[in-house]
Amino acid sequence: MSMVDRPYLAIDDRPSTIDTSMPNAVELINLSCHFGSVRAVDGVSLEIRPGEFFSMLGPSGSGKTTCLRLIGGFEQPTAGRILLFGQDASRLPPYARDVNTVFQDYALFPHMNVRDNVAYALMVRGVGRAERYRRAEEMLEQVKLGGLGDRRPGQLSGGQRQRVALARALINKPRLLLLDEPLGALDLKLREEMQIELKALQRSLGITFVYVTHDQSEALSMSDRVAVFNQGRIEQLDTPKRLYEHPRTEFVARFVGSANVLEGSIIGLKGKYALRPERIRVQPGHHGGPGCLAGELLDVHYLGSQTRYEVRVGEQRLTAITSSDETDLPIGSPVTLSWDPSALRELEVSR
Amino acid sequence: MSLSASRTLRRRVSDLFYLHPRFLLLLLLLPPLLWLGIIYLGSLFNLLLYSFYSLNDFTGQVEYRFSLSAFEQLFSSAANIDIVVRTTLMALAVTLACAVIAFPIAYYITFYTRGSARTFWYLMVLLPLWSSYLIKVYAWRLILAGEGVVSWFFNALGLGWLLQGVLSLPVVGGTSLSNSYLGMFLVFTYIWLPYMILPIIAALERVPKSLVQASADLGARPRQTFWKVVWPLTIPGVAAGSIFTFSLTLGDYIIPQVVGQPGFFIGQMVYVQQGTAGNLPLAAAFSVVPVVIIAIYLLIVRRMGAFNAL
Repeated sequence: MSMVDRPYLAIDDRPSTIDTSMPNAVELINLSCHFGSVRAVDGVSLEIRPGEFFSMLGPSGSGKTTCLRLIGGFEQPTAGRILLFGQDASRLPPYARDVNTVFQDYALFPHMNVRDNVAYALMVRGVGRAERYRRAEEMLEQVKLGGLGDRRPGQLSGGQRQRVALARALINKPRLLLLDEPLGALDLKLREEMQIELKALQRSLGITFVYVTHDQSEALSMSDRVAVFNQGRIEQLDTPKRLYEHPRTEFVARFVGSANVLEGSIIGLKGKYALRPERIRVQPGHHGGPGCLAGELLDVHYLGSQTRYEVRVGEQRLTAITSSDETDLPIGSPVTLSWDPSALRELEVSR
Repeated sequence: MSLSASRTLRRRVSDLFYLHPRFLLLLLLLPPLLWLGIIYLGSLFNLLLYSFYSLNDFTGQVEYRFSLSAFEQLFSSAANIDIVVRTTLMALAVTLACAVIAFPIAYYITFYTRGSARTFWYLMVLLPLWSSYLIKVYAWRLILAGEGVVSWFFNALGLGWLLQGVLSLPVVGGTSLSNSYLGMFLVFTYIWLPYMILPIIAALERVPKSLVQASADLGARPRQTFWKVVWPLTIPGVAAGSIFTFSLTLGDYIIPQVVGQPGFFIGQMVYVQQGTAGNLPLAAAFSVVPVVIIAIYLLIVRRMGAFNAL
């Protein structure tokens, strides 16, 4: 069937910062990390190119954070290998890896001021005080915290702490930066600002970012490629656009952009299909016609610029999102749903 | 009173407490505050007061007039100064030893045990506190005695000469371990060790693991991580523990009596002066000495930045 996904080897719309002549920044080969009977990471293989903004997306417990911690060296793999820039790093301790991390809780040293926090990596390498303070100040300027070097982390706001953590991780000019849900603790507005800043920073520094998040919009808006994790495995690895437009499995379809998963039987097809809520048209009343389904309106949520409709079609419950300029439909009223057949994406039968 | 009336009353009391939480707090804190304020601080103040009275040598009665004679008496005698120096040095040595022994134990328990293993280790630390202090001290006297298990053990290993060599050292040595300052030091260290381990565990537990990982991530080797991150954040715990071991050693008067060389410690001096000698002002003056030493100690510890991370 033509609308079914093809295997993705093709890499489209790749930004120019990615250098394909260099070895991969990260290469995971059949990597596993089991804690007792819990298979946190279960046979993950992937390649991250230098200069790429790569996201690991998944619900909590999907293995994305463990995967990041394996790359950083904070967990030991039970099986498989980790290559960093072509070198085997599977058994290297964190301090021997050319990788820095922005931790979820920022992990700023509470007994040091901001300047000493940022200069820490230089201090442990024996860089002189004057030199490391000068570079720390530069780094603080870069994350717009100039002049705050004397403060303690406890005296800063959440957003400022986040920037300090970023400055501290970047001062050594790592080739690879790991970010573990760095924006999770920030409020929505700040988060959106930081998303833009992080992306700009990554572009200007040309560093490889590996970004862990459970927020699909965050992953889609910033990343060059996204790996969707589920139960310790990668469900799909693709560009944001392909991930959204061509989800391969039911899990990806639901998790990335909360698509409807349609039983083919109700439209006279075999298998299961993903259908984006915004691709569904909602009309009042029951109309016959090809590609039209009659349903009952269960609920209406007004979201500002858009309106979300919950519609029951036979046994199934579908969500449709339309722009809000349509007339109000009463709950319980009959509606007709229709969509362009090209909006349907056939899903792989789950394992 | 009917059932509903009592219910109304109870609800009113609840409402009162809920709406005026300070009132509840006051009610709960009043008894301990009275106890602390009157019995504890009151006696401490009384003690201080007594140290500024004097003893009439003829009548043996305390004269309730301001005088520095008790302190004069204390500091004019070389023997008394010896006592103060000896006690302070012992307290410092015991504190240092406790810190050195306790830290690795606390470190192990905090970072390398979980669940039931951790409970077991906590129990092992606390178990010695379950038995009587006196029993432990007398048991140690037997253990350290000339015919005790320690010298037997050394002899059995063919290391009797080593023990004799250590005991022949000046100052710390003696006729047997139980009759030496070394033995006294061992007993003090054993008895106060839990008071050092527990605060250090409490401090280590408050160090987030992510800080240790962040340090390693930024290139610090384990030794650097320890000295730059873990240790500075644990100093308050060590300081708290050292206040326990230091002040407990300064004030103890049983162990120096049971184990060690003849030669008074501050606590014994207080005991003797207020008891047999009946010189309450001098006893009070002796009691003020540890208070002053600990105050100085706290100042030094604070200068060293022990409380910066609090």
